Amino acid sequence: MEKRGFTCIPHTDEEIARMCGVVGIASVDELLNVLPGELRLTRPLRLPEALSEQEVGSLLRDMSRRNTSTDDCSCFLGAGAYNHYIPSAVDHIISRSEFYTAYTPYQPEISQGTLQSIFEYQTFICQLTGMEVSNASLYDGASAVAEAVLMAGRITGKNHVLLSSTLHPEYRETALTYLEGGGVSSRVLPYCPEKGTTMIQAVEECKDDIACLVVQHPNFFGSLEEIEALSRAVHDKGGLLVVAVAEPLSLGILKPPGELGCDIVVGEGQSFGSPLSFGGPYLGFMATRERYLRQMPGRIVGQTVDRNGKRAFCLTLATREQHIRRARATSNICTNQGLSALACTVYLVLLGRKGLMELSRLNIAKAAYLRKRLLDVKEISAAFTSPCFNEFVIEVDGDPEGFLEELLEHGIVGGLSLGRFYPELDRHILVTATEMNTKEEIDRYGEVAEGLFARSIEETRR
Amino acid sequence: MEKGRELLIFERSSPGRTGVRPPTADVPEVDLDKVLPKGAVRGDIEGFPEVSELDCVRHFTRLSNENFGVDTGFYPLGSCTMKYNPKVCEDASRLSGFSRLHPYEPEGLCQGALELMHELEGYLAEISGMDAVTLQPAAGAQGELGGMLMIAAYFRDKGEARRKVLIPDTAHGTNPASCRLAGFDVVEVRSSRDGILTPEAIERLMDDGCAALMLTNPNTLGLFEDNIEKIASIVHSKGGFVYCDGANLNALMGVARLGDMGVDLVQFNLHKTFSTPHGGGGPGSGPLGVKKALEPYLPVPRIRKNGDEYSLEFDRERSIGRLKAFYGNFSVMVRAYAYIRLMGAEGLKRVGEMAVLNANYLKERLKGHFHLPHDRTCMHECVFTDRLQRRYGVTTLDIAKRLMDYGFHPPTIYFPLVVDGALMIEPTETESLQTLDEFIEAMKRIAKEAEEDPHLLKNAPHTTGTARVDETRAAREPVLRWTGSPPTNPDHCT
Amino acid sequence: MEFPKDLKYTKEHEWVREEGSVVVVGITDYAQDSLGDVVYVELPQEGGSVTKDEPFGVVESVKAVSDLYSPVTGNVVEVNDAIIDSPEVINDDPYGDAWMIKVELSNAEELNDLLSAEEYQKYIEEEK
Repeated sequence: MEKRGFTCIPHTDEEIARMCGVVGIASVDELLNVLPGELRLTRPLRLPEALSEQEVGSLLRDMSRRNTSTDDCSCFLGAGAYNHYIPSAVDHIISRSEFYTAYTPYQPEISQGTLQSIFEYQTFICQLTGMEVSNASLYDGASAVAEAVLMAGRITGKNHVLLSSTLHPEYRETALTYLEGGGVSSRVLPYCPEKGTTMIQAVEECKDDIACLVVQHPNFFGSLEEIEALSRAVHDKGGLLVVAVAEPLSLGILKPPGELGCDIVVGEGQSFGSPLSFGGPYLGFMATRERYLRQMPGRIVGQTVDRNGKRAFCLTLATREQHIRRARATSNICTNQGLSALACTVYLVLLGRKGLMELSRLNIAKAAYLRKRLLDVKEISAAFTSPCFNEFVIEVDGDPEGFLEELLEHGIVGGLSLGRFYPELDRHILVTATEMNTKEEIDRYGEVAEGLFARSIEETRR
Repeated sequence: MEKGRELLIFERSSPGRTGVRPPTADVPEVDLDKVLPKGAVRGDIEGFPEVSELDCVRHFTRLSNENFGVDTGFYPLGSCTMKYNPKVCEDASRLSGFSRLHPYEPEGLCQGALELMHELEGYLAEISGMDAVTLQPAAGAQGELGGMLMIAAYFRDKGEARRKVLIPDTAHGTNPASCRLAGFDVVEVRSSRDGILTPEAIERLMDDGCAALMLTNPNTLGLFEDNIEKIASIVHSKGGFVYCDGANLNALMGVARLGDMGVDLVQFNLHKTFSTPHGGGGPGSGPLGVKKALEPYLPVPRIRKNGDEYSLEFDRERSIGRLKAFYGNFSVMVRAYAYIRLMGAEGLKRVGEMAVLNANYLKERLKGHFHLPHDRTCMHECVFTDRLQRRYGVTTLDIAKRLMDYGFHPPTIYFPLVVDGALMIEPTETESLQTLDEFIEAMKRIAKEAEEDPHLLKNAPHTTGTARVDETRAAREPVLRWTGSPPTNPDHCT
Repeated sequence: MEFPKDLKYTKEHEWVREEGSVVVVGITDYAQDSLGDVVYVELPQEGGSVTKDEPFGVVESVKAVSDLYSPVTGNVVEVNDAIIDSPEVINDDPYGDAWMIKVELSNAEELNDLLSAEEYQKYIEEEK
């Protein structure tokens, strides 16, 4: 039988022979003799045999069906990953292979598509955050927080940072991992148990040696933080205020951090055009004041001209980066999240000024309705008093894990049990509503919850 | 009329247009002044565009026409492994069971995703000869950082103060930057005249203050580090670890395994070796493989398999913690998994072999036309310089720009730093003999043009929508966002 | 390439001109030429101090960064702010308008360690 070829490797036997002739070898194997013999792998890799495209397609489809997507359940999860509608045009544009099969735009003359769209992305991020400069994106919200903390250290020359306990716990963990190597110490600030927001007094009581305070807004509990007061408190200590935005759709309604005294804004851009994809790839964004530009990590695109005087774009201020400054670079990051940033840009272009505000309002309305509906259930109460955007914390009268499991029986993923991140919140669930949650779905969540508690009372009586 | 430059989307805006309409509210609207604190609501977002769906689609379609990708043409960008990205892998990543899966869904609802990740970890371990793999790092550089943090944690546990890491002068910039970020001091090791590390150089520098040697194999000159086994044993005998930057793993797949050469840690760049798209600069994915001794330090969570059930394990005392939120760039993993299943063991071996054959073929046929500083068998890439052309005033930059006129993406230029005026060419295995011959023909013609008409090169490119870009101006007068002012038409263009 | 005779030089490619008890410091023609178009420069504050062989600032081109090493020890009495706004002057007039700092010497003997124009020129040729 004739040997079967690989679709991704074009070489025919005849061509291989011709090429070997040019190189002056008898066979490819001879070429690989450049490796010391004892290092050559003498057995085949223990991997499955090659499949056809058709087989790979069905294999992966089968695997994907062993997951329950948000299409197949009523999902009330958020907590840093938000289920938003992605307009069709987004995927059509990012599926253009001129975009997705290119690399970092090192050669501006044939990369204007990527470069201009990043320039537009940077503009969007500045407009949304109220800041002056943005980079071309970072890996995700968590690592963007870590980079912001390191950046604040470079700017202030100080090595102690404050992280609010209302910052996404996984962002906090990520920041601590990054800080490990830099000799930077940190303190986690408590939250006010009534309001569910950062204790401002805790900042005021700190010593004056802090590089920055990192606070999330809206915070991990969905509560709006008192940014201006925090900004005053941290600036009094000579530190910078870093605001992390995990749900950027909130920026369609909320005053931008740049207008509230913030020095560095970072966040997670997934809400804008990136699918949930089990946690990644997402999109870290970062914006700051112009005076801190040279301490900002990551790629940056700038506007310039070509030889004919025509507007053009290119990567710029690269001397901050690892490929030039090496060990003394602002960060080790090499790429940005190009395609995710493109998706974000297309998404924002489609929504536009009005659409963004409308969608933000819709999210706040859905969450308000969900909140009302759930609080109607006697055994459910609101954990905190602060206003929120599209998520909030409820306290249930009973074991939240059991409650969520029961909901699951009815096809409802009812939220995230918080005990795993906050041991003291052992009856608490973070619930989220977006434009994807219909009124009908929300009502059903309420009804099923009511039923569950009624049943559990019955069971207790028995 | 001459084709103009595509406007910025902000300059196309017309108040009142929209590209997508959010659904009508089925719940009562809220009075923002009632639900939000005073002063919390923002005013208008100044400058935010308003365009129709067609405006938007046409804008980005036109921009895409200004881009060059692997699907457009040959993209021999050295050390970036710009191979073809099979379309079935794209489709797989978009299956709703993967793309619409929330990371905090209960484990029972994510069994397919966890199974895929668990299997992919196993495949990568087998390919590299490592004992355990984490898929969490978002990119190669984050994998490097994770690896170096693990080494630091290991020595902290042992109570050893090892502050230094040895890095060869041919290394990617991310290597020293990652080491610095992990708290180490970098000691540069000079490569020999042959372009590789010698055991003597390592012997001289390696001591009990050194935590690791971080090398790349094959190195950035495209050369195999012949002395790797000897070098690794020197490092090990002094108690250190050998970290290999897996950027160039493509050359070795199925041919040799880093783990069998004494390497203790390696990161995989799925967007290079495993054919996931580069996305115009990300998202990539940089899983990290380690030997047994370092396994306890891997980032959390780990994926566990009990019988047919998969679960996530968070509680691991010695773990370095997290490198990012959630579990890594999952949809990139789906593509890499699909690619490995498509190629199988035999296909991956062929990848390594054909990548090496292609690079050596190019090297042989360009030799003589361009200066080749290291004339020996190369692996997946070869490095030339502009030395022969410089006597006509033509530089590597000019050669790169002229290649665009012939329809090719230029190679990596001015890297590695140890080669003056480097042109680093990596053809990858997905390119056919015809494509290589066309590229060789173009390079030869450019060599001739350099002699006969250097100006043609100095002013290149001539056929692209954008002529040579003034990068100096961009850096001297940074304009980093659109502010509403029309573009200035500078008079100092040359 | 120019090597003015009245200046002294370092192997790190800085030049020094004596003006009484003060010396003027800049980078050489060779340095600006190898850097290419200078796009950014970072200089110390007036009133600060510099130490011989220690970095006192940074010059950057589009794709390179170079530390500036002080040829002498002393106090910075004047800084050429004009080149911060117009770094291209460093390419155009490295020995004139592109002077960088003026330093009041702590130890005049240090000047003896510097190279003469001939020595510096010879050093560069060997380096090539």
